[in-house]
Amino acid sequence: MEELKAVNDTTQFIVIKLGEEQYGIDIKYIDNILRMQKITRVPKVASYLKGVINLRGEVLPVMSIRIKMGLEEDVVTKSSRIIVIKMEQQGMIGIIVDEVKEVVTLEMAQIEKVAYASKDEKDNFIYGIGKYEGGLISLLDLNLVVPENS
Amino acid sequence: MDVSQYLEIFLDETNEHLQNLNTQILILEQEPDNMDTINEIFRAAHSLKGMAGTMGYKRMQNLTHDMENVFSEVRNGNITVKANMIDILFQCLDALEEYNTNIRESADEGTNDNEPLIKQLNAILKGGAEPEAEDEKPAAQKAAESEAPAEGQKWQEMKLGDTEKTVIAEALHQGKKAYGLTVKVQEACILKAARAFLVFKAVEEFGEIISSNPSAQDIEDEKFDLDFSLIVVTDESLEKVVQAAKCVSEIDDVVGGVCETGKQASAQQQEEEHAAVEEKAVKEEKSVQAVSAKEEPVKEVPAKAEVQKAAETSAQAPAKAAPAGKNDKKPATGKPIVNRTVRVDIEKLDTLMNLVSELIIAKNSLVSASATVEGNANSEVNDQIEYLESVTTSLHESVMKVRMVPIESVVTKFPRMIRDLSKKLDKKMELYMSGEETELDRTVVDEIGDPLMHLLRNSADHGLESAEVRKERGKPEVGSIFLDAYQDGNNVVIEVRDDGNGIDTESVKNKGIERGVITPEQAEIMTEKEIIDLLFNAGFSTAKTVSDVSGRGVGLDVVKSKIEALSGEVEVKTKLGEGSTWIIRLPLTLAIIQALMVVIGGEKYAISLGSIQTLEDIPASDVKLVQNKEVIHLRDLVIPLIRMTEILDIESTKDPNENLVVVIVKKGDKYAGLVVDELIGQQEIVIKSMGKYINKCKIISGATILGDGEVALILDANALM
Repeated sequence: MEELKAVNDTTQFIVIKLGEEQYGIDIKYIDNILRMQKITRVPKVASYLKGVINLRGEVLPVMSIRIKMGLEEDVVTKSSRIIVIKMEQQGMIGIIVDEVKEVVTLEMAQIEKVAYASKDEKDNFIYGIGKYEGGLISLLDLNLVVPENS
Repeated sequence: MDVSQYLEIFLDETNEHLQNLNTQILILEQEPDNMDTINEIFRAAHSLKGMAGTMGYKRMQNLTHDMENVFSEVRNGNITVKANMIDILFQCLDALEEYNTNIRESADEGTNDNEPLIKQLNAILKGGAEPEAEDEKPAAQKAAESEAPAEGQKWQEMKLGDTEKTVIAEALHQGKKAYGLTVKVQEACILKAARAFLVFKAVEEFGEIISSNPSAQDIEDEKFDLDFSLIVVTDESLEKVVQAAKCVSEIDDVVGGVCETGKQASAQQQEEEHAAVEEKAVKEEKSVQAVSAKEEPVKEVPAKAEVQKAAETSAQAPAKAAPAGKNDKKPATGKPIVNRTVRVDIEKLDTLMNLVSELIIAKNSLVSASATVEGNANSEVNDQIEYLESVTTSLHESVMKVRMVPIESVVTKFPRMIRDLSKKLDKKMELYMSGEETELDRTVVDEIGDPLMHLLRNSADHGLESAEVRKERGKPEVGSIFLDAYQDGNNVVIEVRDDGNGIDTESVKNKGIERGVITPEQAEIMTEKEIIDLLFNAGFSTAKTVSDVSGRGVGLDVVKSKIEALSGEVEVKTKLGEGSTWIIRLPLTLAIIQALMVVIGGEKYAISLGSIQTLEDIPASDVKLVQNKEVIHLRDLVIPLIRMTEILDIESTKDPNENLVVVIVKKGDKYAGLVVDELIGQQEIVIKSMGKYINKCKIISGATILGDGEVALILDANALM
């Protein structure tokens, strides 16, 4: 219960893996983490929208964060997960990740803001780098990852 | 207690009352002597006034108050109903409607005092009865009080605990007075608890309420019949307190008296303790007797006989009051029986619906799971599953039924609208409605009002001819508009019909050319139906003059798009000189449809059964090419083929030389053949929204969850054509 006592300047992140890199997603956006399941393809939509799944009786769109970030296509393994993100404006969406590792608590001091306009395309979805136990975690800016709804 | 929690109820009930008033005043216009109607109007106006008063909407209260006065005079036979009076009353209703809208939007009634209307109402009153008639009321009531001070003094039956008695005694000792009050709420009162609360508040301004019967909690929970009693300790005179309580609206009567217990206690102040013991004994006796003789109010002073007399007088009181004029607020006989209903937020119903769908899916999975288990041991399991199946099916049906509401709620406002239009357009017309009880899904009913209104206005303005023209044509001078609703299979059909001019296709054609919608060459070859369809074009209006009733050319366009948005369709049948019929066809419900399940390239899709004409098995050799497009020739029709695999960007799993499975779909007069790989069968499916991210895909109208939990997409056949 230590986390609950955490003061305002700390944030909890779920650490996920895409390939070899670690990424962090602010826990307040996460509704659920699901095992991989059959995704029903939807024709004529952007390539990163993989389709829809049944989430407790509701139809939930699922996107590939890899394709969105310009990485190679997802390879579904036993550790693949769908993270259900709940955004206030846009509603719910699932994103496919290779693996969910752990939950970490970062203080403001451990987060380093990054400037925009990096050469690497995937860096454009990141708003900061978290330093945790010697490793680096790229913190995802979900507003950039999750597509604007039309 | 805060009145804002009643705002929702207030708005709903105000709407109902306004609707009721509209209907009743329309009847009154036809039958000015109908006493039932007058009484009904009076009641509705009165309730409105009371409700507005409680909620603190002073302007609304004032207006309804004056309306009520007029009705009251009508009821007493002092004023006869005249045409101009009906007009003013309708204006009042519009003004009230406006207040209501303001309140709904901002919880504030706005600042329009509607002075002219109130003046007009008062003018009606002066024309009929003398205004003093109103002033008689309090006088008469006061007189009645002084004549029978004991009437309805139920507070005397209150059982006081020791603490209360001590408080009273102490108060008397300090020179204060203790009064008992019995407040009678009007029978028609809707927010009894709110009234009671206001009485409490009014009385508490003068003193302290030390006890009430029933308890304050029960009163707040509305657990009382029509009256409640209070014991108050105050410095003020009894009259003042009673008057304060009376000022609360919808209170029928307040009677009060000096609290006897208190008197007794004060007389026996020195022996206070002794008295208390004695009274306790009496109290016990009282409760015993109260059980044995519920009807007989039992108490020490005054004597039983006197009480009975009092009860009699109280029963007579309303009768006595009636001749006094306006203070007869008792509802007259013939009050319509109201269904017992619960208002439910539509969102809660949606949640329930979702849960039921989920349950059905879970049940289906259970069925398939049990089928895979081998052995006899599971015969009992199968029985239970069958039982579960029947329960979920009934549950599903019930939930569906709950969502269905009669279209009545939408159409009741139309007679009034036609009446107004009749005056405005100076045409005589009559609206005949049937099938108001036809039920539709709530969401559809909410949306259907505007399109119907457009069609009715259209019929009234463009359809019906003026009285002179009608006479010339040998038609009855009064034009008729019909609104018929009925169920037809899985659809509900609503027809708007008029016996007017019908659609002049030549005029439409000319207009179309003039507007540049079609070229003269096109016009030559257009069928009558195609020409009529031009009417649904945006910005198309044949009315020679643009009136504020219709003629802006937005009406039919909006009608069409709105109805299509509800997965419905609209068509017109017309005969020049005889009238036209607009036919709206709507699905019974939006949430669940009958669908054909098909397989395309290994994926499952659903196609709404509504758009499917036939299923065909076509040899690959029968496919012909016309203008480089694949068509088939079927029963004298050349039908274009749509290869679904191409549309959906997927590889077919079938051998191209095999026979084609073609689903023939129809949209209006157009046909198309959808080539699919396999048919699975017909199934009832629950339509789910795909969410905000995936809405660019036009050909997919939604998704559904199948028995095995998998998601299948629903193809929109209309969008494919």
